[in-house]
Amino acid sequence: MKTKITLLNKTYEFNSLKEILAKANEEKSGDQLAGIAANDAQERLAARHLLADLTLSDIRNNPVLPPEEDEVSRVIEESINEKIYQSIANWTVSDLRENLLAESTANQEISRIRRGLTSEMVAAAAKIMSNLDLIQAASKIEVVTQCNYPVGHKGTLAGRAQPNHPTDSIQGIRASLYEALSYGIGDAVIGINPVIDSAESVKQILQMTKEEIDRFQIPTQNCVLAHVTTQMRAIKNGAPSDLLFQSLAGTEAGNTAFGISVGLLDEANDLIQKEGTATGPNLWYFETGQGSELSSDAHHGIDQVTLEARCYGLAKKYKPFIVNTVVGFIGPEYLYNSKQVIRAGLEDHFMGKLQGIPMGVDVCYTNHMKADQNDMENLAVLLGSAGVNFLIGVPMADDCMLNYQSTSFHDIASVRRVLGLRPAPFFEKWLEKMGIMENGILTKRAGDPTLFI
Amino acid sequence: MQENEIEFIVQKVMEELQRKFPAETKTEQIAKTNEDGLIFTENDWKTSIPAAVYQEGVSDLIASTPARIGVWRTGTRPLTKTMLKLQFDHAAAIDAVGGEVLEKTLAEFDLFTVETCYENKETYLKRPDKGRMLTDNAVRTIKDKCTHHPQVQIVVSDGLSASAVETNLKDVYPALLDSLKINNLSAGTPFFVKGGRVACMDHIGEILEPQVLVLLIGERPGLVSASSMSAYMCYRPRKGVVESDRNVISNIHPLGTPPVEAGAHIGTVLKKMLEQKVSGVKLEL
Repeated sequence: MKTKITLLNKTYEFNSLKEILAKANEEKSGDQLAGIAANDAQERLAARHLLADLTLSDIRNNPVLPPEEDEVSRVIEESINEKIYQSIANWTVSDLRENLLAESTANQEISRIRRGLTSEMVAAAAKIMSNLDLIQAASKIEVVTQCNYPVGHKGTLAGRAQPNHPTDSIQGIRASLYEALSYGIGDAVIGINPVIDSAESVKQILQMTKEEIDRFQIPTQNCVLAHVTTQMRAIKNGAPSDLLFQSLAGTEAGNTAFGISVGLLDEANDLIQKEGTATGPNLWYFETGQGSELSSDAHHGIDQVTLEARCYGLAKKYKPFIVNTVVGFIGPEYLYNSKQVIRAGLEDHFMGKLQGIPMGVDVCYTNHMKADQNDMENLAVLLGSAGVNFLIGVPMADDCMLNYQSTSFHDIASVRRVLGLRPAPFFEKWLEKMGIMENGILTKRAGDPTLFI
Repeated sequence: MQENEIEFIVQKVMEELQRKFPAETKTEQIAKTNEDGLIFTENDWKTSIPAAVYQEGVSDLIASTPARIGVWRTGTRPLTKTMLKLQFDHAAAIDAVGGEVLEKTLAEFDLFTVETCYENKETYLKRPDKGRMLTDNAVRTIKDKCTHHPQVQIVVSDGLSASAVETNLKDVYPALLDSLKINNLSAGTPFFVKGGRVACMDHIGEILEPQVLVLLIGERPGLVSASSMSAYMCYRPRKGVVESDRNVISNIHPLGTPPVEAGAHIGTVLKKMLEQKVSGVKLEL
């Protein structure tokens, strides 16, 4: 594998693939904090030139984290289709990029290629792609999944209703849920982040959301985003859960910090298959986000883009219904400003889609980050153009429980309207039945939560 | 909670209430005398749903959650006021992060200032590790000015919200001093750390070797409050202390944990740390 490049008259030498991958990244405060970022803009480009010229077999043969040392690496390695890999092993990363972007390459061909790709190859491609590259390549990919009802069709944009409440008040959660539904949001999932991580509390919230789904015959699915072990206890106690949720990291050590392992996820997977309430076949909801491995000192000197790609490689094993990156939640020490958040959002969406993941994005920021609501609106529109499966809907974008800002019910409705996107098909029919939407446009009744009282 | 502590809190809260609401009608009077200007109060941000199916139900829904619901729309966009309110709340949070604690606030409580290695606001946000280490200059200053081996060391820091210090210190700090007195605890020489992170406690612990340390520090601002403060406490803070060795009273602001109540409670917690010679998850409160 080449590790040295002379760019015009200057020679740059790197020690490893890990270093080339890290230094080829767009500037991110997280890579700087980890001490692995390029020293200057030209070194970044030197790394990128070199990376573009490496072959896919170079990447596979020089693992950033060997399978013998890490179970996430093992999951990714075991998923490879050897025949398809052999057919593209001699491609350079540049070839991969250009193939993805070629007019002749459509969803069908990308679905084939993906079976021969590791997460590190996918990350490598993202690093040599511009923002519009990431948007265009992702927009070719359609990943349709089904829990109770399918989402992800081309021309649709779904929304997660995220009706969180600072004390898990059932009434308060229900009130925000009504507001969401009245704006046509909730087709991806009705998903609540609980304050109290107890099986009993999780069960109560699942019961309430299930009752509302049944009462109005809403074509959607419910979920409470507690730790997976808490959800498992709740389900064993009879809680009606359509989906299991868990946050994922891109290394075994990162997952240990999250209190999970592949073994635990396998066990949870068995449980939801046997005791979940949904039709299926897709019964998982995962969240990810650049920087989580570094924050738990579990990054092994690997950059946050590559680690994020590995999260999707792990997620794929469980055939998830929905996955989203929580792109700006972690704070400015990982993504400093709106430029970095926007870049990360587009990278994550592309890297997920290329691995066949039904990607949504929580377009969000915290108040100590150099970003504001305008930046989130920008990214939401970019992702809408890229064909994102779903966005997060929070009342006026302000999550009064998690204390961060995401996208609002209004925002999702607006992105649909501006880009001519529709809700998930069954959900749109239901909205029409409820008199909330006609021909893809909100009616006069929309925005009135008392429709559901 | 001990009886004297409760009495003390009640008295302080009453004083605070009288200071805050001296006369119910005062704001209205101001409004009337300023006819040419625009007077904006909480109520003026309120919007309504023009033809709700169940009009009486709207207020019930709104009352059940602090979430911004029942706001209505124009097309698919929020109404102007709703949007301005969100931007206004965010503006307060931004100013809190970027702001500086006024010299006179610190002077009022005889706090001198030292700095961490944070360099500037940008580096502070990007490099949490730098906010955990005091500068060489700071180390010398502290060694010179402070009582060594105090029973209680009080430290104040801006952290992620300067306005948390501005808003709460005047109530938290006197209440804290009083609660030390009630619990027969003695404090060393207090000071202010500019650009501090929570774990700067450990570095200060190494330098002054207090028995217990309390750090009053600004929290990451939210939209509900940009001025929220936390009180982190630790028994024998030293390098290598982990998160679970510290106790914290968080969400200290006028609409959260009342500052006076928090200040009064700190003395009790510190006393228990000294008695049990431990802090964090092992401390029995």
